[in-house]
Amino acid sequence: MTLRDLAVVRRLRTTGTLSTLVARRNVAALGTGAWLVLLTGFLEPLLYLLSIGVGLGAVIHRIPVAPGLSVDYPAFVAPAMLASYAMSSALAETTFVFVGRLRYLRVYDAILSTPVRPIEIALGELGWATVRVGAYAVGFLAIVVAMGDTTPLLALAALPAVLLSAVAFGCLGILAATLVRDWRDFDAMALVQFAMFMFAATFSPIDAYPAVLRWLAQITPLYQAVTLTRAVTTNTVGWSQLINVGYLLALTAAGLWLASSRIGRLLCP
Amino acid sequence: MSYGTIHVFEGYLAGFRRNWRATLLTSFGLPILTLLGIGLGVGKYLTTRFDDVPYVEWIVPGLIAATAMNLAVSNSTWPVLAKHSWTGTYRTQISAPLRVRDVLAGHLAFVLFRVLISCLALLAVAATFGAIASPSALVAVPVTLLLALAFAAPTFAFSATVRSEIYFSALTRFVIMPMSLFAGVFFPVALLPEALRWLAAISPLSSGINVIRSAMQHVATPWPVFVHLGYLAAWAAAGWVLAHRRFRRRLIR
Repeated sequence: MTLRDLAVVRRLRTTGTLSTLVARRNVAALGTGAWLVLLTGFLEPLLYLLSIGVGLGAVIHRIPVAPGLSVDYPAFVAPAMLASYAMSSALAETTFVFVGRLRYLRVYDAILSTPVRPIEIALGELGWATVRVGAYAVGFLAIVVAMGDTTPLLALAALPAVLLSAVAFGCLGILAATLVRDWRDFDAMALVQFAMFMFAATFSPIDAYPAVLRWLAQITPLYQAVTLTRAVTTNTVGWSQLINVGYLLALTAAGLWLASSRIGRLLCP
Repeated sequence: MSYGTIHVFEGYLAGFRRNWRATLLTSFGLPILTLLGIGLGVGKYLTTRFDDVPYVEWIVPGLIAATAMNLAVSNSTWPVLAKHSWTGTYRTQISAPLRVRDVLAGHLAFVLFRVLISCLALLAVAATFGAIASPSALVAVPVTLLLALAFAAPTFAFSATVRSEIYFSALTRFVIMPMSLFAGVFFPVALLPEALRWLAAISPLSSGINVIRSAMQHVATPWPVFVHLGYLAAWAAAGWVLAHRRFRRRLIR
């Protein structure tokens, strides 16, 4: 090992430590009420699951998930709610909250007067968003297992899929946050997000859509996340899941690379 | 309405003329996406019909009511807190020759105005789907406004009481969202387990949905119509009294 390698290792280790500190700042800044809202975070996907999945699901046909295999409607919807939640939670943390800290609370200006660099801020926020999604996902999956809509082993296997989705959406979110001009852009983002939530194979299969819409649904990141998570929880993983994983990994890499250069330009002009 | 109330309302309209485009999303975009995604998308897989109406038509009254509720609540939380605590708009208004009643009624009227626009827009969309059987569907408009007032007035009182916006997240998560998911928007309350059925039935949202549905689709309401309407009016009246008391305490020392 040369001296240069040593320096790189040391730098990476520092990056890890400093990113963790950025995440820990978020925890320290939480008030009592914020904790309550945080702890009940997984209530939202759960309520959707109970309402549309179980309530309306009582009068819905079994849905085919693979050739020759169909599942009850709650088992079809549950993984989609989880993946959607990974999306909305990771995006909220990296866009809305991020821009608030960037432009209005000026938290990052303060952080950058310490040895922390822009990339460490990005990684710290990303890590924090992912840890939160992971914690919610454990709670949510436990309930889905208790409802009998998947097995404990498959639920455990679904966790990495959800985390990968959260990281990919988190990177996309940070990139979006650096491009946002004002609050109206958030409205546009919310509309796109809600459209994905409704049409990306979440509540119903996309087979019945017209060809153009089907294609449009398939290229959304949420479709990839939902398909991947659903393949795991319904035990129908196939080669096509490699496409899902590849798509999400590519999104992560591209998002992080573009975002860290934008963030540097924004914060250290 | 007194002149004072009208002046306050006019002030809000002047502001709305500048930023109405930004409001299109919540008042119009989301319910239509829901209508297409759940109504058409999921509706295709239903094994049964509710009230013998195609599902995409069946959920229209619920969507109109839920949108009214969401708009009424979201326009009565942040904006009210901000005008009390951050921008001081109410305090400025009260220093003009206006009474507490005018400040409150003028703002409430503006919230109802927002609901009215979205309700009319959704009815127009529903008409293109063929979801409107007869002109009696227009009865839905005043009922929707009453429903909105039943939510807006108590929320005004709530927002004038709390000191931090974190309570709004709690209100949305624990009260409004469960209501919009279980009070009969997406499926009849009868499909719920016994214990929850009661909870859903006493929510103002379900009363509103029942009356709007009976106007649009000619199905009978669980209780007589005047009971449903009276129940909504009671929420509105109680909310008004509480909100007026809170506003008076904060604006006149």
